Amino acid sequence: MSTHHHHAKDFLFTYIFSTDHKMISKQFLVTGFLMGFIGLIMSTLFRLQLGWPGESFEMIELLMGSWQEDGVMAPDKYLSLVTMHGTIMVFFLLTAGLSGTFSNLLIPLQIGARDMASGFLNMLSYWFFFISSVVMLCSLFVEGGAASAGWTIYPPLSALPQAIPGSGAGMTLWLVSMSIFIVSSLLGSLNYIVTILNMRTKGMSMTRLPLTIWAFLLTAILGVLSFPVLLSAALLLVFDRSFGTSFYLSDIYIGGQVLEHSGGSPILFEHLFWFLGHPEVYIVLLPALGITSEIISTMTRKPIFGYRAMIGSMMAIGFLSFIVWGHHMFLTGMNPFLGSVFTFTTLLIAIPSAVKVFNYLTTLWKGNIVFTPATMFSVGLVSTFISGGVTGLILGNSALDINVHDTYFVVGHFHIVMGLSAIFGMFAGVYHWFPKLFGRMMNNKLGNIHFWITICCAYGVFFPMHFLGFAGVPRRYYTNSEFPMFDNMIDINVFISVCAILAMIGQLVFFFNFVYSAFRGPKAPMNPWKGNTLEWTSPVEHFHGNWYGEIPAVYRWPYDYSKVNANGEYVYGEDFIPQTTPLGDDEKDGGEH
Amino acid sequence: MTIIVVVAVILVVIAGSQLLKIAELRALSKGELIYEVSEKEGKQSGLLMLGFFAAFMAFFAWQMWSWYGLKLPVSASAHGVDTDWLTGATYAVITPVFILTNGLLFFFCFKYSYSSTRKATFFSHSNKLEMIWTIAPSLVLTVLILMGLSNWNKIMTPIADEDDRVLIELTGQQFTWTARYAGADKKLGRSHVTLIEGVNATGVDATDDNAKDDKLVKGEFHLPVGMPVQFVFRSLDAIHSAYMPHFRSQMNCVPGITTQFNFVPTKTTEEMRKITNNDEFNYVLLCNKICGAAHYNMQMDIVVESQEDYDKWLAEQKTFVE
Repeated sequence: MSTHHHHAKDFLFTYIFSTDHKMISKQFLVTGFLMGFIGLIMSTLFRLQLGWPGESFEMIELLMGSWQEDGVMAPDKYLSLVTMHGTIMVFFLLTAGLSGTFSNLLIPLQIGARDMASGFLNMLSYWFFFISSVVMLCSLFVEGGAASAGWTIYPPLSALPQAIPGSGAGMTLWLVSMSIFIVSSLLGSLNYIVTILNMRTKGMSMTRLPLTIWAFLLTAILGVLSFPVLLSAALLLVFDRSFGTSFYLSDIYIGGQVLEHSGGSPILFEHLFWFLGHPEVYIVLLPALGITSEIISTMTRKPIFGYRAMIGSMMAIGFLSFIVWGHHMFLTGMNPFLGSVFTFTTLLIAIPSAVKVFNYLTTLWKGNIVFTPATMFSVGLVSTFISGGVTGLILGNSALDINVHDTYFVVGHFHIVMGLSAIFGMFAGVYHWFPKLFGRMMNNKLGNIHFWITICCAYGVFFPMHFLGFAGVPRRYYTNSEFPMFDNMIDINVFISVCAILAMIGQLVFFFNFVYSAFRGPKAPMNPWKGNTLEWTSPVEHFHGNWYGEIPAVYRWPYDYSKVNANGEYVYGEDFIPQTTPLGDDEKDGGEH
Repeated sequence: MTIIVVVAVILVVIAGSQLLKIAELRALSKGELIYEVSEKEGKQSGLLMLGFFAAFMAFFAWQMWSWYGLKLPVSASAHGVDTDWLTGATYAVITPVFILTNGLLFFFCFKYSYSSTRKATFFSHSNKLEMIWTIAPSLVLTVLILMGLSNWNKIMTPIADEDDRVLIELTGQQFTWTARYAGADKKLGRSHVTLIEGVNATGVDATDDNAKDDKLVKGEFHLPVGMPVQFVFRSLDAIHSAYMPHFRSQMNCVPGITTQFNFVPTKTTEEMRKITNNDEFNYVLLCNKICGAAHYNMQMDIVVESQEDYDKWLAEQKTFVE
């Protein structure tokens, strides 16, 4: 009896209330992917509506239950789905799912620490995330439906239940969920920063950190500085909604009534929201770029080109991300002079981004590229980062933004540059570090199939959206059929919807591979990719503490791949030199010959 | 039906698992590890990367061929010509960058896929190269920024000359637009939401002398060709956005404040019908900021016509006091 009790307790603290960063990482990964899958299904549902407006679908009836019993989507439910899709993908999958998984897994393992600075806060961070996910999902089932004011929840639409049904209980739960989410994010980020700054192993100077860790550090700093601003924005909105204040509301006549709110401004909300919202783009993107840098270097068997330039460009991107938020607001009636300033700062971001792209290209040049699924998704990321990035020059330029603002051009742009890049980085990370997460290997063939389906369908979905944008088709329209000028667009929309459905089916390949491999995949060796970084020196089996005996010391930077001596032979006989190998007498560190 | 689907999915999953296990054991029996990428597989992947790039470019070309023609017709406003030109110039910069960098990326993947007989080149940094790709984009961006800013400042400057402009207030509310013309005195009267009542749909202040000759219009509104039009925007409830795509014009309507935009229409509706070869063409004002369930259908037609026709039309509209 007592042993049974003991086992139950073991189970509880190993798998549920674990303070081990590796278990917490897996918890973030699984929860993030589940949320992501829900977000994906939502996008398929509204793509059905956009491709075949007003038609009845069994899938809609089946999945939306009593909301849509005839299988025809209603306009306000369409907006709910768009809103929840955006919220779930940006925050739950690509912020918590991506950062939560890889910061947790890799920070202690790559800097040489036994765990995070505070395992307990780390556990809390996951459980706050879990609760916020549950609350967000619950909001789908309340009266009036889920929040439907767009993921940017601009008041007054989000503040007034009279304006749209989703701004009732659904919006309340959205705000509660996001507030809890922000707490989770802050606890996590503080932990990451403290751990990276204080707990590096002997010899692990800041300039010997893998680029993943640099990316996680900068991401965490962005999060700590920007998420509290969203929290304050959300709290003020709660006051406006529930306690009659007027932070964001003024001069409103709705439903035949004049409201008593006076003196507030929705533009204040927009400023607060985008002060988080823009850094958020890089909170999503930087970890993916860090992961890619690491994988591209390892799998091309070459040092990452321009290690210091990579760090510098990430810092520049991080800094600039705080002074560009106004480019989302060129047309809000903000002073046009501010528009000029934000155009200037926004276009500056193209410079460090270009540096990163060229550095990736030079890393691939004259490499010896091993094509694992992780490599392919990393290459895919570089491609989407380019393809989505260049159109930023149109949107970031206020004069040109006037005509494409809030059209499908924007939808195409940010889905490619932020959505695809980040999710490609996340997939790459999962394939690459699966052996560290689950002690087993994923299947390469299925991984390849997954990659090709995903990249083809993803470009098939988002590339044509630019053409909708040229035609002036607004985003967030339930249907384009009310405007004769958009009648010709239906072909494009059908094309996009077909690609979206195929893309969703393609993800099933991944989920199958993921689940199968986690339980039945071949056992992983300690260092399957012949990597240099410290995580490949820790045993395959998981235990709290990461290394038996002493934590290994570090003697060199992480990118000594294919380093040859004067005779053109590998310095230590292999094409990689782990960070734990002491520097030879005539060897220099940091990529110097 | 549902049961059949569920059973089929379960069977596929079981079959898939068995196949994976078999493949793994087969590799093991040959002394290989299934997760190691053989040189042959690597070459195939490299080739696929190159093939993908070709397909990607073909897809791009196909889209241009079939869908580029759907873009908005030539600008119907004076500033829009500059906007379109600068947009084109930006494309002239980014399209080659997009093709070249993607091309290099996938070409390198093909060219440098794994070979056991080759060594990767240890090339870790070059300040010269970093300088090149910092400075080159900076120069291009400087030009684009300067051209963009001069354009932006021109567009955003309100028309000061009260005698030589048409002044129109556009008010958005769920899910309709109201236009108010300034009337003979060329001044809009005060307005406030507390004054909304019956036909006074936007709350015009009847006690204000400037308001007496204002004209409220619904359904469609008219503009004279060649005359600067100064718009003032209001909203009564949610944020709306007054998007007039043919005029390359857009501005949010925000409750509590007024916003502004101006342009000179250069082509009458009739002229545009000829250009687009479409007898039913109409300029349109649409809402482009999510504002509620019927956001997708919040529109108003715009008619651009000669000064005489416009004067005639305006004279037929009732003033506010009438």
